Amino acid sequence: MAATSSTTGPGTTAEPGGVRATAPRAGELIARLRTEENRPALVGYLPVGFPDVERSIEALLTLTDNGVDIVELGIPYSDPVMDGLVIQQAAQAALDAGVRVAHVFEAVRRIREHAPHVAVLPMTYWNPVLRYGVADFARDLAAAGGSGLITPDLIPDEAAAWIAASDEHDLDRVFLVAPSSTPRRLALTAQASRGFVYAASLMGVTGERASVGDRAEQLVSDTRTAGAQNVCVGIGVSTGAQAAQVGRWADGVIVGSALVRPLLGDDPWDVRLRNLAEVTRDLASGVRSARAAHGAH
Amino acid sequence: MSLAERLADVSGPYFGEFGGRFVPEALIAALDELETEYAKAAGDPAFADELARLHREYTGRPSPLTEVARFAAHATGDTERSGSHPGVRVLLKREDLNHTGSHKINNVLGQALLVKRMGKRRVIAETGAGQHGVATATAAALMDLECVVYMGEEDTRRQALNVARMRLLGAEVVPVTAGTRTLKDAINEALRDWVTNVEHTHYVLGTVTGPHPFPEMVRQFHRIIGEEARGQILERTGRLPDVVAACVGGGSNALGIFNAFLDDEGVALYGFEAGGEGVETGRHAARFSGGAPGVLHGARSYLLQDEDGQTRPSHSVSAGLDYPSVGPAHSWLHDLGRAEYEPVTDAEAMDAFRLLCHTEGIIPAIESAHALAGALRLGRRAVAGGRTGPDGEPYTILVNLSGRGDKDVATAARWFGLLDEGVASEELEKMEGRG
Repeated sequence: MAATSSTTGPGTTAEPGGVRATAPRAGELIARLRTEENRPALVGYLPVGFPDVERSIEALLTLTDNGVDIVELGIPYSDPVMDGLVIQQAAQAALDAGVRVAHVFEAVRRIREHAPHVAVLPMTYWNPVLRYGVADFARDLAAAGGSGLITPDLIPDEAAAWIAASDEHDLDRVFLVAPSSTPRRLALTAQASRGFVYAASLMGVTGERASVGDRAEQLVSDTRTAGAQNVCVGIGVSTGAQAAQVGRWADGVIVGSALVRPLLGDDPWDVRLRNLAEVTRDLASGVRSARAAHGAH
Repeated sequence: MSLAERLADVSGPYFGEFGGRFVPEALIAALDELETEYAKAAGDPAFADELARLHREYTGRPSPLTEVARFAAHATGDTERSGSHPGVRVLLKREDLNHTGSHKINNVLGQALLVKRMGKRRVIAETGAGQHGVATATAAALMDLECVVYMGEEDTRRQALNVARMRLLGAEVVPVTAGTRTLKDAINEALRDWVTNVEHTHYVLGTVTGPHPFPEMVRQFHRIIGEEARGQILERTGRLPDVVAACVGGGSNALGIFNAFLDDEGVALYGFEAGGEGVETGRHAARFSGGAPGVLHGARSYLLQDEDGQTRPSHSVSAGLDYPSVGPAHSWLHDLGRAEYEPVTDAEAMDAFRLLCHTEGIIPAIESAHALAGALRLGRRAVAGGRTGPDGEPYTILVNLSGRGDKDVATAARWFGLLDEGVASEELEKMEGRG
């Protein structure tokens, strides 16, 4: 039967090179933090377009100004099955406010201009990339200065087109592992990933939890055994204390809902930004204190 | 797929370029377990025997085949008497007579037996019209499983009686207020539950969509529809039908009846999608005329989506067809040209709904009424084009009557203005749960 290409025609043309020339690779950044600062990376999530594109960029720059090392830049999607209520609410509001997929490239560019040391990896459900065209998306992401993609509903088994495109454009590809992953799948995912592997601390969707899943440390250890260089832990990490706890044994601490929450509500925007800065600084000091009294893992 | 393989036996994870497993890694272990357990069960005569016993003693299978001559006369139209056309025969495969009132029970009983084999104790399900939720709640009651059904808040209003039925059967019904508050959002919520509770919970997916192995497995549980119908129509008419018609939401009843005829070249297959208010209005669920391939809920298939790949809301008078994607096997059959898919509008479906009530004393589900409207269209088209059965026999249409319409009485009463003035709005609001 006919196998048709899923790529669309040429999309927005972008200048190759540019900021990309200096875009840090997530793996190198994590390794440098480990050897030079003896600490895990802080990975902070916010969706582009909430409450609107311009203000979402202000919020993203607030993350990088207050200690986030890697930005996980959410692309709002109509059917986010891995997200809990807080992120669902922000993503839906962004869509209602008219955010488009192409806004992600603008946000990447602006973050990279403001904070050249930061790695920016969009987090996206797969259909928006398929629709854009996998090769075109990789080209435009690289041109904007993005480091790679985090893909919560794409497993390596289905990722042939993305693996080829990310190789061509020298992009990181972050796949997920979960406490339910078998050793065989941990190995497959570790082998397919570049930059880091995203370990879900517990079985569930994004959202704040009172405690981090007790299977997370074992999962990180198993994923390293399976061949991963860097394993970052997300889902349910929301406070500086949790970041410090997770950071003892993880290469990076991923926080989403706890950063989105201060931006919800009706407070004046500058108040919301101040609250976001405060939460970010608490998390940043968490990752910086994680190994102070414990030494490197 | 080898060239020698029968279309009816093609298995997942891919149907042509459609299907796959576009889901979070957290679910892969459970999907692998399900695939393994299903393969073991499929090769175990004890499993087949137990399912056959339930079909016979609980569901009431085989479901009958009913010829509807008075209805079929309307498919022949005015040209019949003037020309030499031998006319149109319409035969209904009566899945509406199954226990719980639709074909959905076939799949649910099969999956519930698998759940017992896997040792899980909790099942979750999504439902649109409520048919699959009722069927799942029924099987859960029968087999002593905890049951939670996710249903879009909009659908809990449209189908208030089915909500009550599920609760009577002991299930918890959770209205979903996210997104468009319809079937797709119910599936999102069920997937979130499953990601969280997968270690002791099975997701009884209700149609031939979703990640592998669901599209293949659910087809296998419904193929009995076509296998029975093929034998029944051969016995009744002495030959295969000229065309098989079914409505297509996710596509389980259609695939169930199509499957037995996929390798019969002389049998045309037609799936009828919800055309809503008309494909040109944008308010419809016609994935093949108004969508493009994409990924939703774990499978690559035709999908209503905007230019950014965001899912576009679907629309239909029938909650069960109100879904923006379709089972990957249908996308495969569509692209192969083996089956044709056409939209039927709300108005066409409701006219066919009333016609079957008036001419045959059968109240169909509004979903199934889309297939009836399609049959009328196919009959008229055959007569106009001078197409007959072989040797000048009547043109014969087999329709899958996938469900009964008790749940749709409130919608029909409103649509046709059937209640007396004064009581009408108050009573309808009560019936539709808005009171």
